[in-house]
Amino acid sequence: MTVDWVAKLRNLLQTLAFCLAVATLQYGFVPERPYAPPVVYSILIGTITWAVIDIGRVFLRSARETGWPAGWRGIALVATGIATGWLVGTTTADLVCRTFQLYGPWGRMHSGADLRADILITLIAGSIGSYWFYARNKSEYLARRMREAEGHANDARLKLLETQLEPHMMFNTLANLRALIGVDPVRAQQMLDHMIAYLRATLDASRAASHPLRVEFERLHDYLELMAIRMGPRLAYTLELPDDLAELPVPALLLQPLVENSIKHGLEPKVEGGRIEVRARREAGSVVIEVRDSGVGANGQGSGGQGFGLVQIRERLAALHGARASLDFSADTGGAQARIALPLAA
Amino acid sequence: MKPTALIAEDEPLLAQALRAELAAAWPELEVAAIVGDGAAAVRGALAHRPDVLFFDIRMPGLGGLEAAAELADAWPQETAFPALVFVTAYDQYALQAFEAQAVDYVLKPVQPARLRKTVDKLRAALAARQPQGGAALEATLGQLRHLLQAGGPAAAPQPLLKVIQAGVGTTIRMVPIEDVVYFEAADKYVRVVTDDGEVLVRTPLKELLPQLDAQLFWQVHRGTVVRSTAIESVQRDEAGKLHLVLRARRERIAVSRLYAHLFRAM
Repeated sequence: MTVDWVAKLRNLLQTLAFCLAVATLQYGFVPERPYAPPVVYSILIGTITWAVIDIGRVFLRSARETGWPAGWRGIALVATGIATGWLVGTTTADLVCRTFQLYGPWGRMHSGADLRADILITLIAGSIGSYWFYARNKSEYLARRMREAEGHANDARLKLLETQLEPHMMFNTLANLRALIGVDPVRAQQMLDHMIAYLRATLDASRAASHPLRVEFERLHDYLELMAIRMGPRLAYTLELPDDLAELPVPALLLQPLVENSIKHGLEPKVEGGRIEVRARREAGSVVIEVRDSGVGANGQGSGGQGFGLVQIRERLAALHGARASLDFSADTGGAQARIALPLAA
Repeated sequence: MKPTALIAEDEPLLAQALRAELAAAWPELEVAAIVGDGAAAVRGALAHRPDVLFFDIRMPGLGGLEAAAELADAWPQETAFPALVFVTAYDQYALQAFEAQAVDYVLKPVQPARLRKTVDKLRAALAARQPQGGAALEATLGQLRHLLQAGGPAAAPQPLLKVIQAGVGTTIRMVPIEDVVYFEAADKYVRVVTDDGEVLVRTPLKELLPQLDAQLFWQVHRGTVVRSTAIESVQRDEAGKLHLVLRARRERIAVSRLYAHLFRAM
């Protein structure tokens, strides 16, 4: 356990300032009495209360949200702190005031009403102080959580862009384009069009939350056409989308990582290349989209469905449809299959 | 005699483009063969014995670096080893290593001006070449060794394996690491060979290697890692190749030229 002593010191100083304010307020109500005793009492009670609570919570298991012990333990700690502060604080303060003769020429004047008032002040000040520290910890925690969440979202977006605009893919594609311009300008133009559509879709993906399945398949077609030019006879592909599913809204670029995985981990490492098949169909109230390849399978990659792309798809599906959507992934020596099921009525 | 070249590139359009650019930059160069993967590159180079090799770094199966190492191992001693040029679209780590080892490379898309520089260097190298390529081969092997080691970002040091856990049917066999004589990559498995038997594990050799004590376990071939204390002697055959004789096992283990430097008398 590491204790942030700087933070503790800051808490102590704040407690002292608060105590001074309480003592001054008290003095303001009875200005005919000396100022010193309420200051000594207030500071001693406050410091001891602070010590018991703030140091004490180091030894108790604290809730992550607030840094305070949860439930009755927290309340018990505060009560113990205030009681100890009161008992030890008043005794010590009385001793100090007597020793240094701070009570003034008439000695200590303390009626029953004074005692009740002191207890009340200690209780109220102790509770307010504790609550203030508690609330501040909690709001700091929430602010930290928000920053973390923002960081995660940025990381994810950046990682997605990095995988899709991977420099190796970009430069190889450009090299192919450069080669085609010389030998087949018409095909070069087609390739450039596919590339433009692919880039636009990738860069827009963070803005468009969803688009029709037809558009999703068009983007897959752009990507696969680019890869087919690059890989030549090593890549064959089929895209099958029934007309009645064409307008179904799906999260933008949901399938893209699956097809990219099939290329990258399935077909690119395979000397003879292979096929990719993407099919959508209805199945008992849901839409099933399958991406199959005849690549080398998961072997060697060993990601076993834990890769960034799959995790990301699962997260997006869960956020949109909860348990009603699913992604299953399996791979063996014959290739890899990914199967997404989405509820038809979104 | 006209100089010859072999191009190994898995993307057909890029292979054709490189051939076309080479025809412009080096008209007398004859492209003997174009192949699309690393294994074919090794076979093709052995068959044609070209003067220059253009190897793409990323190819299916064997990559360009591994193919070059394999080729150096199988290369006949009486012929000079070809000049090597690597081709890549983008490989940060590899490029740094190439610079450090003074190994030539060209970036895709190939820029004519850059290619001409490479061609000039190659012409000078071919003119200065000795017919007997022993020293040149040694130098190439040294470079390849460094390049293969520098093949990626430095991996974090991993805790050493104490025991190999191998699934055999429904049980898991526990093999203490000091009982292992050698590891051998076999298709989709790694054979873990002990004095009196063997088990198979699925973890690739590449992933096992950083978890082994490098003092004790020596890589002697692309697919073989041997416990040094299990080796009884090292023998050289007529072709100059090294073979390991083991203490407890009868089979001999071939040492790749890439790792022959490990075995020298003290």
